[in-house]
Amino acid sequence: MAEPVIPDFGVGSDCVTQNHTFCTDWVRENWSSVLQPALVEHIELTVIAVGIGFAISLAAALLAHRLRYVERPFAVVSAVIYTIPSLALFQLLVPITGLTVTTVEVALVGYTLLILFRNILAGLRSAPPEVLEAARGMGLTTTQTLFRVELPLALPAIVAGLRVAVVSTIALATVAAFVVSEGLGGPILGALPLNFKTEIIAAGALAVGLAILADALLVVAQRLLTPWAYARRAV
Amino acid sequence: MSVFIDSLQFIVDHRELILEKTWEHVVLSAAALGVSIAIALPLGVVLGHLHRGSFIAVNLANVGRALPTLVVIAFGITFLGIGFKSVLVALVVLGVPPILTNAYVAVDEVEPDAVEAARGMGMTPLQVLWRIELPLALPLLFAGIRTSAVFIVATATIAAIAGGSGLGEILVNQASYGVEGLVGAALCVSLLALAVDAALGGVQRALTPRGLKLQVPAFEPDVRPVV
Repeated sequence: MAEPVIPDFGVGSDCVTQNHTFCTDWVRENWSSVLQPALVEHIELTVIAVGIGFAISLAAALLAHRLRYVERPFAVVSAVIYTIPSLALFQLLVPITGLTVTTVEVALVGYTLLILFRNILAGLRSAPPEVLEAARGMGLTTTQTLFRVELPLALPAIVAGLRVAVVSTIALATVAAFVVSEGLGGPILGALPLNFKTEIIAAGALAVGLAILADALLVVAQRLLTPWAYARRAV
Repeated sequence: MSVFIDSLQFIVDHRELILEKTWEHVVLSAAALGVSIAIALPLGVVLGHLHRGSFIAVNLANVGRALPTLVVIAFGITFLGIGFKSVLVALVVLGVPPILTNAYVAVDEVEPDAVEAARGMGMTPLQVLWRIELPLALPLLFAGIRTSAVFIVATATIAAIAGGSGLGEILVNQASYGVEGLVGAALCVSLLALAVDAALGGVQRALTPRGLKLQVPAFEPDVRPVV
């Protein structure tokens, strides 16, 4: 994406050329060329990161559920990654994977691990002993117990972890624009040197709106997936 | 891998610059954390003591998480201009939610029996707060401060684009410092965040009464399952 040398506030309206706080006409004119692609990229970044992060965390949590000594190393490593500032992690990965989407995704996946791993494991361990006893008494194998008892009971905690992971990934993905021009951080960083308010506010509001919408959708999914948790108002 | 060796060389060669920027980073973060604590801690404790405003106090953490740091900083630049004030406001906006939510939850969830017993012994509400609720709430309350501190240190890096001082200045300025400077600063800021987390984790463990210690694992960041 080549940046124009001359500040380009678009053609036309007084609002845009005088850089008023918010110009709806600019948003309308640049929706399909600037904002919409950035929004789609942002969603892609988030879905891929949470998807891969979830697969890794689920595998690790299942392993830690069987082998207790796996828990601590995985938790400590993911906690260390979680603590590293995002901009620093991106820059540390650039020498290895370059100025690519891969760099961004590796970092974003890294940030989801701690949240997802802890929630999935906590969920798996939340099955009451008498329920597990009953499952064994009914003759369920270990695998059957996992799929029919432990995982369903873990669902509320898993979805709760997904909510936190999705919302924080959407927030973090804006920082990706320091590495590649992808996502809603792109328009924000592009508009900052010119202090073009409309673009900063529009892209920022989209990022916040996306996070709130995704969170709301997951709440709905949680209610549909685990009606029992709400029937007795437990959890 | 040579980039990483070069970056270590950069740190050694520019140790005065690195130390200076690290110090600026710490001062900026400490200022933001101080203001955040001053705002959020009394509010959270009082709300928790009164068991009021749970909706706001608990949801503030979710809202805080949904606010992208870059967006908050960009809005700061847009509305307050480039400079210290805008950076401080952005950092405080992001630093308040974890402290407030944890303080609220910590005080709100103190064993009702203990509070009841204290009241039965004739303690005034202030004594209950000071002698029962706060000591019992301290570990969780401090966990919020720790989360916020790490968050502020991380965000202060990005705040360099709004005229913030600190290691971020090197990190967003490849033109002046080259790749090895960027990577070197990234290493330093990562170590700083880990050090702050570890140090405050130590304080948190020291503050935890022995009876509660069994329940708090060593690596407990703020991500308690929020079912």
